[in-house]
Amino acid sequence: MSDTPNVVTGDLEAPTTEAPQEPRDAASAAADARREVHDMWVAGTEEPEWMRSYTNEGAQEMLEADQDPARELHRGTVVEDDFMEDEPADDDELQILNMGPQHPSTHGVLRLHLELDGETIRRVKPIIGYLHTGMEKTAETLTYMQGSTNVTRMDYLSPMHMELAFSLAVESLLGVEIPERGQAIRVLLTELNRVSSHLVWAATQGTDLGAVSMLIYGLRDREYILEFFEKTTGLRMNHNFIRPGGVAADLPDGWEEDVEQIIEKVSQGVSEYEELLNGNPIFQDRTIGVGVITPEECKALGVSGPMARASGIKWDIRKAFPYSGIDKYDFEVPTGKHGDVWDRYQVRIAEIWQSLGIVRQVLETMPAGDYRTPDRKVTPPPRKRIDESMEALIHHFKLFTSGYKVPVGETYRAIESPRGELGMYIVSDGRERPWRMHARTPSFNHVQALPTMMTDSLVADIVATIASADPVLGDVDR
Amino acid sequence: MSMLEQLTAAFPSVDFEQVLDPPQDVAHVPADVYLDFVAAAKTAGFDVFVNLCGVDYLRRDPRFEVVVNLLSYEPPARLRLRVGVPASDPTVATITGVFPGANFYERETFDLFGIVFAGHPDLTRLVLPDDWEGHPLRKDYSVGSVPVRFKGSPKAT
Repeated sequence: MSDTPNVVTGDLEAPTTEAPQEPRDAASAAADARREVHDMWVAGTEEPEWMRSYTNEGAQEMLEADQDPARELHRGTVVEDDFMEDEPADDDELQILNMGPQHPSTHGVLRLHLELDGETIRRVKPIIGYLHTGMEKTAETLTYMQGSTNVTRMDYLSPMHMELAFSLAVESLLGVEIPERGQAIRVLLTELNRVSSHLVWAATQGTDLGAVSMLIYGLRDREYILEFFEKTTGLRMNHNFIRPGGVAADLPDGWEEDVEQIIEKVSQGVSEYEELLNGNPIFQDRTIGVGVITPEECKALGVSGPMARASGIKWDIRKAFPYSGIDKYDFEVPTGKHGDVWDRYQVRIAEIWQSLGIVRQVLETMPAGDYRTPDRKVTPPPRKRIDESMEALIHHFKLFTSGYKVPVGETYRAIESPRGELGMYIVSDGRERPWRMHARTPSFNHVQALPTMMTDSLVADIVATIASADPVLGDVDR
Repeated sequence: MSMLEQLTAAFPSVDFEQVLDPPQDVAHVPADVYLDFVAAAKTAGFDVFVNLCGVDYLRRDPRFEVVVNLLSYEPPARLRLRVGVPASDPTVATITGVFPGANFYERETFDLFGIVFAGHPDLTRLVLPDDWEGHPLRKDYSVGSVPVRFKGSPKAT
C-alpha cells in the first residue's frame, strides 16, 4: 500500500531524506518518554530532578518487591484465611492493580496499590492525602472559640466526638469544671452520635457485601438521630455544639420524647439487621475468617476501638480513663475473639445496644442545672444579661472578637470515638490560638493497618475488610 | 518495680514529669537515647503505639520536637515522649522497627515538618503532592491568603 499515491493531498513534494538518528540508549529513551508524558499532563511545571530519576509517579509508586523494606512490616501474621505461595511468583506473573480513589467501596478517596498474584493479594500500599485540607495548620490560625468549628469537619460521621476531644483538651489546659448537666448532655449527644456512626457503618458494610437493602435501612434509622441533632444544634452535621466550657445551648423542649422515640425506632431497626444478617449464609461466608488482625498487631499498629476489641482486647477509654462523667453510667465492653470482619460486625452491633442503654440512663437521670461553666472568661454570658450589665457586654465582646487566653502548656486528651481512640494534642503558648494542634485520629491507624489485614487474602475480601475498618477519609487526611 | 521506675533507673539522662489532668507521664528524651528508650518502654509495658507528631517551637533551641504517645493496657497508663530535634540537622532515629504503626506518622511528620527519620523504610511525602515545596506546618511557612475585592479599596485590582 505504501506506493499508492495520496489522492487527497497529492504527492507534490519530494520526500525529504533525514539523517539517520543516533541509536539511543534505553535509559535516555525512557527518560524522553517520561518527559513526554510529563509535558502532556503537567506542562508548565518543572519536574523535580529526584522524581525523574526513578519514577513518573513519585513517591506513590510501588517499589520493586525485593526493594520494598516495608514488606515484612506489613506481612502480618499468617492466619487461616491466607493463601500462601508455594514459591515466589515471577515478576511477569504479578499484576499491579490500582483501586480508588474513586472506587465506591473505598468510603471516600482512599487509594490502594495492589500487587496481585492471580486472585491473591501479595502487597498493598494505601495512598492517602486526596482529602488533605491542612486542618492542623488552619487550627493554628483560629481561636479556641472557633477551633471546634474546624475540628468537627474532620470526622464528619462523628462530629460530636471530634468537638468533645477538642473541648476536653482545651478545658484541661484551662482547668475549667463543667457542670453536671453539661456533662450529661455531652454524654447523651456523643452516645447518640456513636449509634448514628455505627448505623452508617452497618449500611455500608451490608452494601459492600451485596446486602444492598442495608444501605436503605441504615441511613433511614440514622436519619432519626440526625433529625434530633438538627433540632438540638441547628445542623445535621458539623454541629459546633460541644464547645470548650460546656455545650452551646440547652436541650430543646420535648427532647425526652424525641430520645424515647429514637431508642424505640433504632432498637427495632437494629433487631431487623440482626435478623437479616446474623443467619445469612452469604454474609457469613464473606466475613468469617476474613481480614484477620491479631491483638499483637493491633498494639503495634495502634489499632483501637471496635477493631481492637474484635481481636479480644478488652479496652475502652470510657472505662480506663473516664471523661464527662461517663463512669456514672452502667455499660459493658463487648469483645470478639478472632479479629475478623464477622467479629467486628458483632462488636459494633453490640456497641449500638450498649450506647442505647447509656442514652436511656442519661434520659432517666438528666440532672438539672447549668449546661456550661459559669466562668465568663470562657463562655459567653446569657443574652439577657448583655442588656443589663456593662461587664457582661464586655465579656461577650472580648470573647467573640479576641477569644480567651489559655495558659502555657501542652496536653494530650483522648476519648473513645466510634472508630477508636481519638486524641487531641494541643500546645498552648499562652495566647488565644493554639500553637499546635494535632489530632490523633483512629482511621489513620486503621488505614495503615489495611496491608496487614489484606496481604495474602483474596481480591474479593478487600471491600469487606475496608468496610469493617470503617475509615472516614476526612479523618485520615485532615 | 513499676513500669516507670524501671525506665527511670535505666535512663538517667531522661527527665520525667507528671501531668495530673489527665493523668499521664511525660518523658523528655535526649535524641541519642530515643530509640533505646522506646524499645525499653515497649518491653517495660508501654506496648501500645498511639501516635507520633511534630511540633515547631520556632524561637527555641532545639527548634523542633517529636512527640510520641505510648499506652499500656494493663495497668492503664499513658507515657508521652518529647524529643528535641535541632533545626540545623532535623534528624532522629525511626521507631518503625519497634512500632510498625509509626510508619505513616513519621511520613506525615516528614511531610509537614521536614523532620527526617533516619532508617525509615519508605520516607516519602504522605498527604502532600510529591512536588510540593516546603513543609507547611513549620511556623515560618505562611498560611497564605486569597485576595478579596472590596469596593473602594485601594488594593482592589
